Amino acid sequence: MIEIKNVNKTFQSGDRVVTAAQNVNLTIEDGEVFGIIGYSGAGKSTLVRCINMLERPTSGQVLVDGIDLTELRPAELRTARKKIGMIFQQFNLFDSRTVAANVAYPLKHTGMSKQEKDQRVKELLELVEIADKANAYPSQLSGGQKQRVAIARALASNPKILLCDEATSALDPQTTDSILKLLKSLNKKLQLTIILITHEMQVVKEICDRVAVMENGKVVESGDVFSIFASPKKAITKDFINNTSNLSKIYELIKEGAEITKIKAGQCIVKFNYLVKSYSEALVSGISRQFHIDVNIIFGNIELIDQQPLGGLVSILSGKAEDIEAALDYLKAKNVGVEVILDERISQ
Amino acid sequence: MNVFLNNYFPNVMTKVPEFYESIGQTFQMVIWSGVISLILGTVIGIVLVITRKGGLVENQIVFQILDKIVNLFRSIPFIILLTGVMPLTRIIMGTAIGVEGAIVPLVFGTVPFFSRQIESALSQVPAGLVEAAESMGNTKLQIITNVYLKESIPQISRAVSITAISLIGLTAMAGVVGAGGLGDFAVRYGHDRNQTDVTLATIIVLVILVSIIQLVGNFVAKKSSH
Repeated sequence: MIEIKNVNKTFQSGDRVVTAAQNVNLTIEDGEVFGIIGYSGAGKSTLVRCINMLERPTSGQVLVDGIDLTELRPAELRTARKKIGMIFQQFNLFDSRTVAANVAYPLKHTGMSKQEKDQRVKELLELVEIADKANAYPSQLSGGQKQRVAIARALASNPKILLCDEATSALDPQTTDSILKLLKSLNKKLQLTIILITHEMQVVKEICDRVAVMENGKVVESGDVFSIFASPKKAITKDFINNTSNLSKIYELIKEGAEITKIKAGQCIVKFNYLVKSYSEALVSGISRQFHIDVNIIFGNIELIDQQPLGGLVSILSGKAEDIEAALDYLKAKNVGVEVILDERISQ
Repeated sequence: MNVFLNNYFPNVMTKVPEFYESIGQTFQMVIWSGVISLILGTVIGIVLVITRKGGLVENQIVFQILDKIVNLFRSIPFIILLTGVMPLTRIIMGTAIGVEGAIVPLVFGTVPFFSRQIESALSQVPAGLVEAAESMGNTKLQIITNVYLKESIPQISRAVSITAISLIGLTAMAGVVGAGGLGDFAVRYGHDRNQTDVTLATIIVLVILVSIIQLVGNFVAKKSSH
């Protein structure tokens, strides 16, 4: 378990004092994939570096399995760091060494025999599915392959925790996806606790169990990924979520006067949001039948997060004003978020 | 062959033993002061990199002092340094003349230059690599040897060849303190007595020497960059 308690970190920059982390409190359970999301400059890189003391907190405690890392002596801290692997946006591989030598690097001075080291390197390269590149140099690899090598290197000393500093931010979407899948499988296979920082909600959605949203050095919101997505409270969280879904495009379309948004009298455009887990009722056909209205789905965005559908639909409803009203009330009662975006209903 | 040499290098052929001796003296000076400068320059270069702002063991006082001393010695023309450090040479070597007397000023003239070369070579190691090594629980000494030095072998080997070549240039002036060497040989006969074939022979030897150093330097740099 990792406990970050009242961590503050300030930097002196000329005459100015920059606060990178302000009163941060987080608890990360063993075996969890924990995301920290924020825009650049939010302090997430600093915070993740406070976990292995690459940055020393100005005040506060960082406890890993009950041991306060801020109080360790240098030699004790080096031992503790071997149990915390780290990977980076720029991979940080040693260009002068082969893939195998990079992975063997943390095994130096461990008292392992050459044979044991070779065996361990082989296992690790197989684990990250890049065994065929053992004798290549980093400059001969693609970004995704480099990150795989970096992951193998970070895991060489059998850490229980893996810190990922924007590990997929320099990769294209497909490669990002394959690296995330690898991280998720390592999390399951090795019961590895993963803390990853990112500015992409897509990454959080893909693999995180819980997430903390950072802004100006503070954690403004945190919780399990589904509830953060289902009911974001802070504006910044909503921003991040909107970036991953196309539902918010409806506002732009209306502003631009797109053909699709030109509705006739008696119609209205409504956005439905799924808010609670385990929604299995036939909503759309249900209201259509029950309230005698037509539901024309313009577009939608429903995704599986934590194996639960989450998202929404933008639809044009047409029918009698009071029928539409009754249908909307019915949906609200079913805990569906309802937002009437454009209303051309004829009130009688 | 001998006919050819007697025809084109008549003055050199009359003093072949002295020519060989000069080459030997140049070698002695380059190797001794080269090895000492290599060690001192590497150490100073490393200290400059790790003590600067944001470095591994940031220490502004050490950095500023060392930085200024390096600048000071780089500003002194070598010909002045050669006689200027004589008292110190006498203390260290027991004499201030001859090949022994030239080594101390040569070291003083080379170390600051080489330190800067090493400083610049090591500065090119990305900060991320140092951070990665720290995250793996490396000691500072391990980071210096396994990351800083190992990762900049190509740059260091280039720096060594540039420094060795400039050191050969400096030895030409060492004749001032009676250290002899090829430069002195060329000045005494080629220039003072207008025996141009002596100058030419000296240049040929130096060109070969410089080319070999450059080739080896490039080869090592190429072999170690991936």
